[in-house]
Amino acid sequence: MANLKNVTKKTKAQAMGMHTEVLTGRTQQKFFNPDEAENFYYFGTYDVDFNKRTDLDVKDMTAADANKEIDNLMSQGYGTIVIKNPQGKHSIGVGILNKLNLIFEGSLGYFGIGSCDGPTVRINGRVGWSCAENLMAGKVVIEKNAGSCFGAAIRGGDLICKGSVGARTGIDMKGGTIIIGGDAGAFTGFMMQRGRIIILGDVGINLGDSMYDGTIFVGGEIGSYGSDAVDAELTKSDQDWLKRKLKVAEIGENFDVSKMKKIVAGKKLWNYDNLEPTEKKGAI
Amino acid sequence: MCGIAGLIHRGKSSKVGHELQGMLQALKHRGEDSTGYALYGDTDGKNFIMRFKVGENVGEGSTSVAEDVSVYDERKKMVDSSLSEMGAKIVKEERTLPYSLRYEIDYDKKDLLEFSQRIESIPGVEILSMGKSLEVIKDLGNAKMVCDRYNLDKLVGTHAIGHARMATESGVDIKSAHPFWGYPFSDVSVVHNGQLTNYWNNRRALENKGMRFMSECDSELIAVYLAEKMRDGASLEEGMKESLTGLDGVFTYFVATKDSLGMAKDTMAAKPLVLYESDDLVAMGSEEIAIRSILPQEIDTYDPFDGEVKVWQI
Repeated sequence: MANLKNVTKKTKAQAMGMHTEVLTGRTQQKFFNPDEAENFYYFGTYDVDFNKRTDLDVKDMTAADANKEIDNLMSQGYGTIVIKNPQGKHSIGVGILNKLNLIFEGSLGYFGIGSCDGPTVRINGRVGWSCAENLMAGKVVIEKNAGSCFGAAIRGGDLICKGSVGARTGIDMKGGTIIIGGDAGAFTGFMMQRGRIIILGDVGINLGDSMYDGTIFVGGEIGSYGSDAVDAELTKSDQDWLKRKLKVAEIGENFDVSKMKKIVAGKKLWNYDNLEPTEKKGAI
Repeated sequence: MCGIAGLIHRGKSSKVGHELQGMLQALKHRGEDSTGYALYGDTDGKNFIMRFKVGENVGEGSTSVAEDVSVYDERKKMVDSSLSEMGAKIVKEERTLPYSLRYEIDYDKKDLLEFSQRIESIPGVEILSMGKSLEVIKDLGNAKMVCDRYNLDKLVGTHAIGHARMATESGVDIKSAHPFWGYPFSDVSVVHNGQLTNYWNNRRALENKGMRFMSECDSELIAVYLAEKMRDGASLEEGMKESLTGLDGVFTYFVATKDSLGMAKDTMAAKPLVLYESDDLVAMGSEEIAIRSILPQEIDTYDPFDGEVKVWQI
């Protein structure tokens, strides 16, 4: 890694005096050392056994207490946890940085499964707004419908909704895959930067509005295209990937992917090349 | 932030006061500056029910002032006198709180515009609702506090809408609380979650057409907007569809009439709404937990899409 202090070439924005900061913070210079891997500790992780299973009834628990109990069960080595009676509670199943089989027998409210990294989650009901926001890795399957901002800002993992989703699905997503079995609302893929969205049904207005990058596949009708969202050729490689992804997701296995539309960024709106330091752009 | 909830039973009546209280109380974290109910009770349909206030419950940021009970008494006498002069006979009278009254009135004219203008020409008097089954009850505090204060728990009816308010666009008082009556139409009420950005333009235009505003709350615009559309001959659903382009901003709102309940969501879908629909019940709210308060079992719910308008009949 180059010492950023020694970077002398100025971008146009810096030359204009718009950026004066020098990136020298600890996070910019300290990186993972493989020699110290044995001592590496990832906070909030446990060794769990997927065959060790337990039920947790959260009917009379607050979301905070439920999340603490999930953490406590993982610390005891439980690798499969079945949550009973979530009853639309908000913010359940958040911050799990572990491999874990987590099953919800019921529906979640807002912000369920937020900021997770690694778990496999199955929700037998519906989810409210902002489900799986900031997902880093893992797999989340929703058997029914989902609210708006589904998969907002996810970085990785697979997020699958077998029903329909609300508006702004995949807003600001930076990686991973979102698969929708039904329809999707307005502003799907709004400002997405990387990753892929697959919608088997119809999608609302302003699809892919202001998207920087990434790909959206639509099987049904499109309400309208957003700014800078354009059609692209659906290649054989795309079709193979779609078939494989739908099969793994156990959704739309017989869907004719050859008729899907592929939408990408026209990249006419791009201007942050000139406005952001190269280092920041690389971090996206 | 605000929270809204509504329900309609189809083909039967239920304790809608109790049910709506549970739904709104589940949403109290979205705002408990004030809470309001629009309840459609079972009545014989002979008399009008008029809910009105002769003073304010003054909270933070309100432009109203607290007054002595003797002032309320004086205003009540003036209302009674005006009713008598208009040939309206008070059949039953309840005074739940010093400033809040409920009259059952024998009044045979259908046009409520002149009637309402006459009553509201008395300073400090506002009709909260007028109808054959509609009763709007709103006051400061959360859903349970208002329900207990006005004994709404036992009210039986077919449908209801309600609002838990976090005051943002105007002060904390009853006049700015939801629901709003669709003045001067009998049995029309509205609750809203969101912000309307072309409030003043619309308000000026509607006032020039003779419509009346009682508060500076942007949500009142929806009730007045729909009332004006219906006055010009549009159906409720047509008026609601027109509102998607006529009203600018972010909104989800419910409107109820004597025999129907409707919802509309703006074209950006910026405000939440979760909906449950079955053959005998429709329940909806800003969050699923509102619906869960009356349907704890596993149910199928969904988010209506952007620009969606739906109307259900009892």
